[in-house]
Formats: sequence, C-alpha cells, structure tokens
Amino acid sequence: MARAPTTQDPFNAVAEPKRRQLLELLGGGELSVNEIVEKLGWTQPMASKHLKVLKQVGLVSERRVGRQRLYRVNAERLKPIFDWVTPFERYWSERYDRLDEVLQVIRKKEK
Amino acid sequence: MSTTKNQTTIIAETGKQELYITREFDAPRELVFKAHTDPDLYVQWLGPRGYEMVLETFEPYSGGRYRYIHKDNDGNEHGFHGVFHEISEALMIQTFEYEGLPEKGHVTLDTMRLERLPGDRTRITIQSVFQSIADRDGMIQAGMEQGLNEGYERLDELLVEI
Repeated sequence: MARAPTTQDPFNAVAEPKRRQLLELLGGGELSVNEIVEKLGWTQPMASKHLKVLKQVGLVSERRVGRQRLYRVNAERLKPIFDWVTPFERYWSERYDRLDEVLQVIRKKEK
Repeated sequence: MSTTKNQTTIIAETGKQELYITREFDAPRELVFKAHTDPDLYVQWLGPRGYEMVLETFEPYSGGRYRYIHKDNDGNEHGFHGVFHEISEALMIQTFEYEGLPEKGHVTLDTMRLERLPGDRTRITIQSVFQSIADRDGMIQAGMEQGLNEGYERLDELLVEI
C-alpha cells in the first residue's frame, strides 16, 4: 500500500511530535502566529510551516480578524485521530511516568 | 530546551504492521536498563494502575523467558509472555504475546534501543512489529478500550473550546 503524503493524510500529519504540541496548544483556544511563537518558543518560519501542514489536512482552520490571522483546531477532523491512538498512548505514558518515579528513587539511593 | 514533562510518543502509520514508541528519561542509561532487568524494580512500573502485578518467570538474558500476570480488582487475570532474544544496555529484543486473545500465536517482535543523551539522559525507542495490520490495529483498539474507562481527559480538554 502506498504511503499517503503527510500533506494529505491527517494521521501522518499528527505523527510529528511538534505538530501535536501545536494542536494541544490550539486546543486551549484560538491564537495568532505571534502568540504561538511566544508560547512554544519556536521561530516564526517553524510555526508557519507546521500550521501550513495542519491546515492542508484540515485539522486547523484560520480566520482573519483585522490584520491578524487567528488559528484554531478543527475538532471534527481531529476527533477520529485522537479517539484512535490517544488512549493507547496514555497507557504507555502512565507506565513511563511510573518508571520516572522508580528511576528517581534508585538515583537517590546510588548517590 | 525541554522544561516540560517527558512525553511518550506513539507513531502508528496507517496501513503498516508496526508501531513506534519513543520516550526520554532524566536518568543515565545504566539506570533505565536496570529498571527493565531488575525484577524488584520492573514490577513497580510495568502494570496498569490499580492492578496487581505478578512476575511469574523473569530471565533477562539472551534466550531467557518471561511471563507476568496483571490481576485486576474483580479477580480477572491477564497473562503475557515471551522470550528475550538479546539483552544489552543499548539493545533489548523480545517477543511478546497477550494470552487473553481468542487465538494463540499472535506474537509481536519488540526491539528497544536505549540511547545515551547529553546530561545523563536516555532516550528509548521501541519498534513493535505485528504479524498483520489487523493485529496491530487490534492492539491499539484494546488500548483504546482501556482508555475509555479512564476517561478522555485530554481529548475533552481539546474539545472544550469548540
């Protein structure tokens, strides 16, 4: 089966951790590029690049307010993806958060 | 650069029979490795919350076997087993099978690489190869069912604004 390019397949588009970070941020509300740059500590070209991919697959929409463009998550498109992989990810995430705690304890002991 | 909590990333591309799990730890590789091979440490983090974890067999060396059981509060037991193919601080390769499936023999081949990072940190990357796309998607689905019981906090957060 041929692999769909990232710019067409929303599943591939969110496989990139930086784009997930961006989606989570936008989940908190509509933001301008400047606000995204400030909150994530990215450069503007990097934020624009990832926004462009997310727009192309329909996960993010934009609207103009005066001279600004505001970006928001397109929840309808996002839901099937998060329904799919998020709970599985949470399972692993919790497991590794516990491992963090175990590592902290043994690190202290070995010091 | 990272001041936030370490994130677990799962990549499961559509139409493939593998998935990747990546996670970084604020601990040197020796310790991350130790937490994977010392049975007393292993039981402390492996099982899901609220489950009792029993390591029935654990032979962490090349050719060794393992079997563990998760017991939930309702008395249900979930068994898992496999063999270790390679165990070293940089590379752990093992098979994995969940015994609760309707049919035997749905095994995955899991390759975990442990990389040293600057500042006494470690990155692990697991490649899990399934026998079919259906097997892989079924496994993710099972994680999904478990997740349903725990609630969709993160999705809820994402959807709250809209």
